[in-house]
Amino acid sequence: MEDMSGYPLELTGENIPMVSFKKVRKSYGSLTVLDDLDLDVNAGEMVSIIGPSGSGKTTVLRMLMTLETINSGVIYVDGKPLTHMPGKGGKLVPASARHLHERRADIGMCFQHFNLFPHMTALENCMEGPVQVLGLSKAEARDRSEELLELVGMIGKKDQHPSRLSGGQQQRVAIARALAMRPKVMLFDEVTSALDPEVIGEVTNVIRKLVSEHNLTMLMVTHQMGFARDISDRVCFFYDGKIEEQGPPADLFGKPQRERTQQFLSAVREAI
Amino acid sequence: MFDWKWEFVWEILPRLVQATGNTLIAAGAGYGIALVLGLVLAIAQRTPYRLLTFVVRELVEFIRSTPLLLQIFFVFYVGPQFGLRLSPWMSGMIAIGLHYSCYLSEVYRGGLDSVPRGQWEAATALNMTVVQKYRRIIIPQAIVPAVPGFGNYLVGIFKDTPMLSVIGVAELIHTANAIGSEHYRFLEPYTLVGLIFLAISLPAAGMIKVFENFVRRRMGMK
Amino acid sequence: MSLFEFVMQYWPRLLVGTGMTVAQFFLAAILGIVISLAMGLLKLAPSRPMRAFAITYIEIFRGTSLLVQLYWIFFVLPLFGFSIDKFTAGYLAVGMNIGAYGAELVRGGILSVPKGQWEAALAINMTPAQRMRRIILPQALVNMLPPWGNLMIELLKGTALVSLISVADLMFETKQINGSTFLSAQAFGAALIIYYVLARFMVTPFMRWLERYMARKMGRA
Repeated sequence: MEDMSGYPLELTGENIPMVSFKKVRKSYGSLTVLDDLDLDVNAGEMVSIIGPSGSGKTTVLRMLMTLETINSGVIYVDGKPLTHMPGKGGKLVPASARHLHERRADIGMCFQHFNLFPHMTALENCMEGPVQVLGLSKAEARDRSEELLELVGMIGKKDQHPSRLSGGQQQRVAIARALAMRPKVMLFDEVTSALDPEVIGEVTNVIRKLVSEHNLTMLMVTHQMGFARDISDRVCFFYDGKIEEQGPPADLFGKPQRERTQQFLSAVREAI
Repeated sequence: MFDWKWEFVWEILPRLVQATGNTLIAAGAGYGIALVLGLVLAIAQRTPYRLLTFVVRELVEFIRSTPLLLQIFFVFYVGPQFGLRLSPWMSGMIAIGLHYSCYLSEVYRGGLDSVPRGQWEAATALNMTVVQKYRRIIIPQAIVPAVPGFGNYLVGIFKDTPMLSVIGVAELIHTANAIGSEHYRFLEPYTLVGLIFLAISLPAAGMIKVFENFVRRRMGMK
Repeated sequence: MSLFEFVMQYWPRLLVGTGMTVAQFFLAAILGIVISLAMGLLKLAPSRPMRAFAITYIEIFRGTSLLVQLYWIFFVLPLFGFSIDKFTAGYLAVGMNIGAYGAELVRGGILSVPKGQWEAALAINMTPAQRMRRIILPQALVNMLPPWGNLMIELLKGTALVSLISVADLMFETKQINGSTFLSAQAFGAALIIYYVLARFMVTPFMRWLERYMARKMGRA
């Protein structure tokens, strides 16, 4: 059993980060995906995660969404532990299903392959969480969902099933669906990777709008370097399960300090 | 066809039609039991409890590997040995329902497995409970690919109802046997029973296709 | 009486019955495989009457019950002058029934072989018969073996019905013992276990072995 005495039951003080990874380790058998990760994301901050495939960047988001369990360390969201909960003797113990259910409400996620529910229309996809999970009335959920579909420019297709929508359209509905839950933290996992080049813009424009008009905390894994540079407050370069380098986009893209960052960025530029 | 007596056909047809009704009721009731029990068996095999999963898996395997006829006798005769007397109908429905629930549990399992992992993850991201995930997201999608399997086993259960004749359920074959021994004529009753089975199971295949397309459209899937 | 005591006392009759069940199983399996191949190929034949014949056969045997077919063969066929003893009627009905299901597997297996294989066989100037026998059927066989495993279990279960025309198989012996002793739980329980052992530890492992063997032979393992 891991000694949990070094981890506080709650983060206190001024300016506590919205998301905080403390010495988080994740491995599959002997393969270590993330090694003692320490990462703080402040409220309202937009952080992009870049890096070669297999560097563990998607795992960061999946752990935060509780789709993956962690092997050691603690993740805090809004000052409270997510992966753990206060137990006997004032120490943290692994979270119960109930605790996870309670804390997961702060987090929303968009996936590479959208994962819209195929048996529901765009509007029904957006209303599903608010009605079933948050317990909103259908009318309230409808108002909220239509407002968000308007925001992502999909109100005209609200009664279509996903099979009738293009990839870009599906992803915009997926963003509205996640936002309808009013999360404090939004996760974007390679949301443009499965899209045809000509429709990537319609999705990135929606995310741009969110960054400029809303005060959401966002974490984004992406291969779109230009996009990451444009909209991020901070960029983290992951390599081999660790943060190799991080900083404001102008610094990281403009004058990378580490050799691996330089190699990765020049390889990406050559590919374009 | 030589020796085929139409007047005998007309004489026995009403009894056979009535028996067809019994056959359909038996198939329907057995199928109803199998639908409910099959879902329970399928979900039991997806729980994280290893022992439960193992026991259910082996039970399904056992029931699927042994003859329904034997199971019908078992349910009918073993009960009274322990003071539990079941009517032929009751034992027949239990045996056939249990037998087919094992087949249907495989259909359910196939359907559930066909739902992509991303659907579970999206439901988690919306903070749904396990029950909400199954009820709202997974089961509705699992049904579409499972419709042909459900249809085939509905026809299958219908064609297996003649086995209930051995414990005295008055379905088609039981009635044909009775007519045959009363009149010493087997040609017409057995042939008619065969034709009645054909007349019901042949169109059923087409109807399953139509129903599958209907469900698909209802679900907005192509 | 415990199940063990029961088996100790009645094992000779259970054994004789099991022997009959196994005999019925093998004869029906051979007949079923031959019919499956014939009807599966006929259903893909270019000639319309041949296809119609195969379709009629398959639909009749899949559209009615095995029990109805068994009774028809045993009680009705003699009226047309074909008198068949119960032993033959038993495996004939089971085999013909399974053949109809197997025909669909054969057909599906053949259709699952990629079109390129037909074209390649044509390109080396094989006759249609050569193409089928040398190139298509071997590949089709590997593809369709897994569902044949299930069909063989269905066949084994189907043989229990021959007891209803008094063929002295395991099911028949069990019923006789039950009728004279009223030890229902022991008699039917023992028979269930024997059928299970035959299916799970003989038929299924053999079919699995055959799958692996064929796959290896085809260079797929």
